[in-house]
Amino acid sequence: MNNFQPNMKPYEEVYQNFSWEISRSELGYNDGDVINIGEYCTDRICRMGKANKLALIWEGYNGEEKKYTFDDMRVLTNTIAVFLQKLGIQPGERVCLFMDKVPELYFGFLGILKMGAIAQPLFSAFGSESLLTRLEDAQTSAIFTQKKHLPKVRNIVDQLPSLKHIIVVDDDGSKPLREKEIAFHMDKVERVNDFKIYPSKAETPSVLHYTSGTTGKPKGAQHVHYSLISQYITAKYVLDIKDEDIYWCTADPGWVTGTSYGIIGAWANAATQCVLDAGFKAETWYKFIEKHKITIWYSAPTAIRALMKEGIDAVKKYNLSSLRHLASVGEPLNAEAVIWSKEAFGLPFLDTYWQTETGSIVISNYPGMKIKPGSMGKAFPGIIATVVDLKTHQPIEKRGIVGMIALKPGWPAMFRTYWNNKETYDKKFQNGWYLCGDRASIDEDGYYWFVGRDDDVINTAGHLVGPFEIESALLEHPSVAESAVVGKPDPMNMEVVKAFIALKPGNEKTKMLELDIMNFVRKKLSALAMPQEIEFVDTLPKTRSGKIMRRVLRAKEWGEEIGDISTLENDM
Amino acid sequence: MASLKDTILEYVKNEYLETDDDREITYDTPLISGGIVDSFSMVSLKVFLETKYNIQIPDAKASPEAFDSVNNIVNLLQEFSVKE
Repeated sequence: MNNFQPNMKPYEEVYQNFSWEISRSELGYNDGDVINIGEYCTDRICRMGKANKLALIWEGYNGEEKKYTFDDMRVLTNTIAVFLQKLGIQPGERVCLFMDKVPELYFGFLGILKMGAIAQPLFSAFGSESLLTRLEDAQTSAIFTQKKHLPKVRNIVDQLPSLKHIIVVDDDGSKPLREKEIAFHMDKVERVNDFKIYPSKAETPSVLHYTSGTTGKPKGAQHVHYSLISQYITAKYVLDIKDEDIYWCTADPGWVTGTSYGIIGAWANAATQCVLDAGFKAETWYKFIEKHKITIWYSAPTAIRALMKEGIDAVKKYNLSSLRHLASVGEPLNAEAVIWSKEAFGLPFLDTYWQTETGSIVISNYPGMKIKPGSMGKAFPGIIATVVDLKTHQPIEKRGIVGMIALKPGWPAMFRTYWNNKETYDKKFQNGWYLCGDRASIDEDGYYWFVGRDDDVINTAGHLVGPFEIESALLEHPSVAESAVVGKPDPMNMEVVKAFIALKPGNEKTKMLELDIMNFVRKKLSALAMPQEIEFVDTLPKTRSGKIMRRVLRAKEWGEEIGDISTLENDM
Repeated sequence: MASLKDTILEYVKNEYLETDDDREITYDTPLISGGIVDSFSMVSLKVFLETKYNIQIPDAKASPEAFDSVNNIVNLLQEFSVKE
């Protein structure tokens, strides 16, 4: 299937002539119209004559399989919307999805949007503390969850007066549910064929995705229904989705890729999607591709590097000839991985760049465009991108100079604010540019080359983790006096969390204590936030005013110049 | 005295399942591919095994496959002469 014609070609011509009107017109949207992502991804597709086309092929870790057509999805999302209405949920209220990659997560997301509430997906591996922070900030009214995650919600429900309903999608009646808890079995309840969809407009809030920052609590990036205009056309041009494709996005909808391209972009293009609700295992993944004849595969560098580790022989055991397009997101894709995938699958993984805040792909490599392995590619049509000076925020005209990636605000999927935190939102815009917080350079041909983050946020396996949140959790451990958390380079995950810890007097620096601290953070926050390495130190480097200098520790880990340490109070 | 298998099984149950989680885990239950222990948590399981049995497991040996069930872990430990 390698002789396909890309949906977008040639890049330069499309970039010159592009207008978002192309997407609006294909979606039949005009200013002032009702635009509801839930409706566009389900009812609209059915009206296009694709009601019986498969929308979702779902497989669990034990091989259990479920299939749903677009009409099934239309009806089931209606059913969820009505269920929420009957609970008394009003448009604009936040409804959290805290589940593994089960069908209820995908349909719940669209059902929430259909009735006008705001979907708040959260990674199901989060611990109680991470969950509490995010539900408290959003003043969430209801949460969908599974039995296995219910204890984490129960741990914190008393601290969340706004949380009125805990919806358990797989309750089997073996144990009584508690106050506020209610069972909902999507495949068993009476289906709702007709539903009056909430008449959301372009600027009606749709999704709240939490992302980590260097300081303070995680921030809720708030998106609107108009994001569909970007997500539809980027899925069509970058992921190259066509009617006959079988598409697999490996991202979890707890993160933005899992919603923008694991739900919205894919189904707005009427793609048949496959979802594998299982932990990573190369053999399982290859079998999944072979079995479902997947044609487009959107994954992440960490997974690709894990596949590389298993070797090409593991690939050759399977017939993966259905694959015709591979793309990657989450962290920079190293040149070796691009070259390896060409050898292993006959196709290079094409790197795509964007963030929770951008809502859709903004810089990318495109099918049919010359690929420079290791490069992020070029700006998506309709996106005005540059790199700006780190201090003046003026665009850097000279090629090859490192600056911060900056975008001209105004593309449809751009976040509209940080929930309850407009001040931080405003700071992201300087000199008329949205600052991405990532450093890069642009070469003579206009390709972007990623250099690194411009702050202390840790990118581990494509997920951003804030050091402050981890340090705060560490301080709650009875043995920890103080700590500093930095990203440490890692060949598999790009970065992993490393904690430097000074212990309270009377504690011994033992391996057992290290393990205890690791598990403490894992249960409180998440496995992603758990330090993969702990170094016990006597003191931490601080400024004379007592502020811990993370950058000194980070530079040490990365083998970089420490820079100005004139304010350093003590030597390490 | 608890067997090697039971020690590991108990540890997994206590550390990686919530208190109210009544999922049954056996020696063969897939831990990594079954989503009970994710790839990041594997590090803490590795540290536990190294500390408990006073061994060093090289990263190359600590694969998702080797940690995918209690039985697989026991097989791995036997390479380091850890006995029942």
